[in-house]
Amino acid sequence: MELVRRVRMRHRNRWAIMTASLAVVAAALCCAMLMLGNTIYPVRDVAAALLGEEVKGATFAVRTIRLPRMLAGLFAGFAFGVSGYVFQTMLRNPLANPNVIGITAGSSAAAVFCIVVLQAGKSVTSTAAVIAGLLTVLVIYGLARGRTFSIGRMILVGIGIQAMCNSAITYLLLIAREYNLPAAVRWLTGSLNGIRMEELSWLIASVLVFTPVIVFLSRPLQVLELGEQAAVSLGVRTDRTRVALAIGAVVLSAVATAVTGPIAAVAFLAGPIAVRLAGTARANVIPAGLVGAALVLAADLTGQFAFPVKFPVGILTGIIGAPYLLYLIVRMNRKGEL
Amino acid sequence: MPSHELCAKRLVAGYADRMILDGISLEIPANKISVIIGANGSGKSTLLKVLTRIIRPISGEIRLDGKPLHAYPSKHLARIIGLLPQSPVVPEGITVADLVGRGRFPHQSLLGTWSKKDYEAVAEAMEIMDIANLAHRHVDELSGGQRQRVWIAMVLAQQTDILFLDEPTTFLDITYQIEILDLLTDLNRRYGKTIVMVMHDINLSVRYADYLFAMREGRLVAEGRPSEVVTSRLIKDVFGLDAVIVRDPVSGAPSVVPMGRYHNGAGGDTSRKPGDGGEWEAAGQAAKGKAGEKAATVAAMKAGH
Repeated sequence: MELVRRVRMRHRNRWAIMTASLAVVAAALCCAMLMLGNTIYPVRDVAAALLGEEVKGATFAVRTIRLPRMLAGLFAGFAFGVSGYVFQTMLRNPLANPNVIGITAGSSAAAVFCIVVLQAGKSVTSTAAVIAGLLTVLVIYGLARGRTFSIGRMILVGIGIQAMCNSAITYLLLIAREYNLPAAVRWLTGSLNGIRMEELSWLIASVLVFTPVIVFLSRPLQVLELGEQAAVSLGVRTDRTRVALAIGAVVLSAVATAVTGPIAAVAFLAGPIAVRLAGTARANVIPAGLVGAALVLAADLTGQFAFPVKFPVGILTGIIGAPYLLYLIVRMNRKGEL
Repeated sequence: MPSHELCAKRLVAGYADRMILDGISLEIPANKISVIIGANGSGKSTLLKVLTRIIRPISGEIRLDGKPLHAYPSKHLARIIGLLPQSPVVPEGITVADLVGRGRFPHQSLLGTWSKKDYEAVAEAMEIMDIANLAHRHVDELSGGQRQRVWIAMVLAQQTDILFLDEPTTFLDITYQIEILDLLTDLNRRYGKTIVMVMHDINLSVRYADYLFAMREGRLVAEGRPSEVVTSRLIKDVFGLDAVIVRDPVSGAPSVVPMGRYHNGAGGDTSRKPGDGGEWEAAGQAAKGKAGEKAATVAAMKAGH
């Protein structure tokens, strides 16, 4: 018994230390986001600007440009990370992520339609993106339903729906007027550019509401991970739990996508990285969120400052994500899981 | 030694066009090891799943201590009946201690703080399955036999009086099969756990079972102590296979020696001594006669071409 206690304590300590470290890293990146830019402001000026004092130059740059950008990166990254982790764990498949579930494709198609055809403004576009994302999930779930719930079927139907949405997007881009193209393309790559404070309220509210719900359900989620039969026999109400978790994850992902566009690969990188770092002593909802936030913020900083040209964040995360996806597929193939 | 009464009446399960369980009534003997045998598709796995509420029956009822199964809150039931599914999923990167700990779920609140009892249960389960030294190892790097012991430890940590196992030995080497079955027998003999298994290997089933349920096409065709129910006719009935029943020289239980087209007992066998279990012997002879005829027919057909 002492041994079990010791092993468990060690695992829990590791989890706590890693989670705290991730929080520190994310916080540091947030500070960097506020300090760096065309002019570099010291911490003192940034703090003063945030507290409402007038610092020449800094107040405008920090409060109007950098703070919304930082908050968008932080909360969208967190939302993508949590959402991806929930899907991967619940569907027991590292390939499962909001992309595959169809949220991204549905949202993107709707957003591009709003921009290109309706010439709609940002708020209409975002709302349409959230609604379309949720509807796409429902359609995929409906089509994938058979006698029993099947993950494989859901992923395959998701791929089909994605292909349809993507061809719709391509068509819309072809007929788009030239001056609409940058907005549409920016939406498709995922970017933190030009986000204003008032666009963030839904995203922040969703993260603050659904993260605690998901954390509360994370113990049944850990049991669900052992497979449907094991979960039922351990006393988990599997259907209920799955629906509640899915709603939380889908909303988080859809709302984040509506603000920043689909930031490639964050949702499916964050979970595995968090698990690798923090272990399995507890559910990794918070660590996955923090990894997601850190990835987005780090990628955005890199995209802004590392190269002579500025890159939107989605391109950078895509570059990290693609090799990992290939690695995953090769490994799953070897293990015979594909 | 706590004992629970688990019985099913006229269970029907399956799909509208195909019944998998066709009116099964049974009572699981308390504090015994029961094994459900049957050919592929006979419904044995479905029976296990219905009894452990994985599948809802179309009609019929299951009662635990006189109360319908579905009237129990799910966590409460999970403290009485445990199940080791045939292929549970090993979460990525999980350690042995963490996996065994998940078996405590039905005993904990949603906040999941561990009590002294939780630690004791996990430690005890790991000790019984002799995996304490693996506590910090990753489950995906263990051998098949070790992994199966980890899974059994997880259901032991659940501390249920009734334990169902769906083909616990199927993917294991023979050495591990015996090891696992011995450990399960320990659990039954020492702690009085009621164990119900679905198994493929007929001879190991017969050897380890206190009680057998034999199924065919969704119905129960025989039940009872192995020494009473295992005859060559039953094997023919359940598996459609001709077989000679001999006495297992190690356990004294009946042992099924299957026959096929090439091996039908025509070659002189010396193992059976005269007067060795008259009824089995006779049954064996009868089967042998029939198989002999079949072999002759096949030979004739081949000669014709």
